[in-house]
Amino acid sequence: MAITVKVLERPEREVSYLRATLKGLALTFSHLLRPKVTMQYPEQKSTADWSLSPRWRGTHRMMTDEQGRAKCVACGLCPQICPANCIKLVPGEDEHGNRYPLIYEIDEFRCVFCGYCQEVCPEEAIHVGVHYENAEYERERFVYDLERLCAQTHPVSSLWDPSDPKGE
Amino acid sequence: MTTPEIKGFLLVAVVKMLVVFTAIMVGVIMVIWLERRGSAFLQDRRGPNRVGPYGLLQGLADGLKNMMKEETWPAQADKLIFLLAPTLAFIPSLLLFAVIPFASPLPPFDVTVHVLGLDFGRWVYTGPIQMAVADLPVGFLFIIAISSIAVYGIVLAGWSSNSKYAFLGGLRSSAQMISYEIALGMSLIVVLLLAGNVTLPAIVARQQVGIWYVFPAALGFLIFVISAFAETNRLPFDLPEAEAELVTGYHTEYSSMKFSLFFIAEYAAVITFSALMVTLFFGGWDIPFTKWDAAVPTAWNAEAILRVLATLVAFSLKTLVFVWIYIQVRWTLPRFRFDQLMNIGWKVLLPISLGYIGIMATAILIFHPLEAAHPKWFGAILFGINLPLLVAFVWGLDRGRIVVGEFQRARLEG
Repeated sequence: MAITVKVLERPEREVSYLRATLKGLALTFSHLLRPKVTMQYPEQKSTADWSLSPRWRGTHRMMTDEQGRAKCVACGLCPQICPANCIKLVPGEDEHGNRYPLIYEIDEFRCVFCGYCQEVCPEEAIHVGVHYENAEYERERFVYDLERLCAQTHPVSSLWDPSDPKGE
Repeated sequence: MTTPEIKGFLLVAVVKMLVVFTAIMVGVIMVIWLERRGSAFLQDRRGPNRVGPYGLLQGLADGLKNMMKEETWPAQADKLIFLLAPTLAFIPSLLLFAVIPFASPLPPFDVTVHVLGLDFGRWVYTGPIQMAVADLPVGFLFIIAISSIAVYGIVLAGWSSNSKYAFLGGLRSSAQMISYEIALGMSLIVVLLLAGNVTLPAIVARQQVGIWYVFPAALGFLIFVISAFAETNRLPFDLPEAEAELVTGYHTEYSSMKFSLFFIAEYAAVITFSALMVTLFFGGWDIPFTKWDAAVPTAWNAEAILRVLATLVAFSLKTLVFVWIYIQVRWTLPRFRFDQLMNIGWKVLLPISLGYIGIMATAILIFHPLEAAHPKWFGAILFGINLPLLVAFVWGLDRGRIVVGEFQRARLEG
């Protein structure tokens, strides 16, 4: 049985090859003069119609207090809630009974950037950052220790707020 | 046996070879740049703009990269032919340019050279130095012959790769190039009838006296352009490559510099065929509306050198226009289906070009007495004959009967 193909009845101007060719050439030529849509990335990181969202969740940053110490009190909530199990926390305690992290490491390779650590943190110490240029030469460098987390300076994410879904 | 004449001839030949080879290679890099940059601009992008000013050195960087890359040898490939194929594709596209005159001739010389106390003897070149690598008496036939060889590179590449995609690409290209070869040759017969000569400088000279052959052979030019697109495997006739279905066809299995050779060959062919269009139909290096450039130089002076440079610029600009048409057409049109391709080649272009030869030969025979006295009028009359033919050709092609599929054809024919 032969295959039946539905053939549309089209007006001649639509099936004409030469006219379509000339029309196409005129169209492509008109594009020569139009503004370019490319963003020149390394030099130019945002354009009028594109910039990184303030809710972007990138690599972490640990906030510090006035003396430059990490705000973290080693409560253990962030390693507890972390779905990727990427936070390693060993708590310590000084002579006044203040808890502080002895070891605080985040494996950015395991991290899924859900932002739960920032949400759960009672001290607003750990944050996910508005930052995306993370390239390194060695795999080991992707485990960020406390010192490095404190040294980050990029802006932090304003996470999505259910009571203010449009960020107003 | 080194007479001054032989020495002069060898010197001129070697210098011309070096200059033209270098110019073509640089030209290829520039055309690749133009294609990438141009295609980007046609698609509202920027294209390569990192290597060198405006990305001009991108082609050089890519070439360097390709030389450094690992060569892959398919296990089942026919090693010798696999190695030979890129060369066979590369050489004809360069050879073609050897006979194309790219500027007005330089004056002859007769000098005795003394440099730093060394005596280099007497160097003589009699007659004006034609600005073509080889001023062959059979230049035109040479072009027809060599452009047919180019198909070997592609077919052998496809066959020796021992891969089904490469093989299909090779098969398609052999069918395509052999089909369009005929239309290509036929469309140029009218130019030969008009020029009465097969040497390219003579064809250029005749166009300078009379009228550019694009007018008296307008339909021939159209057929030549279509066939040239098919001969160079450029869109809309790039079925041998066909990225979507054949994963680039005949050069699927090629890597590093062997792939680069195919790539360079394609662009060299684009340049050469553009230059051919200019030489055969647009007066070659002729600067329009001037008589100054046609003078045959006899002595070395500023005017002679200026004339060569000016005509070289004219030739390059004209060639560039056609290179750009090649590029813009590629980024505008979709690919033909294979049956459409064969229909256009065998059922349209070949019979039309045959009929065209008949009509034009008759017309030239009738109006031939006019030519010597009024070359421009002769050209104008032939253009007048061409116009209705051109309109009829375009009208016929535009009815949609040629490029439709078999099913719709059956329906149209009832």
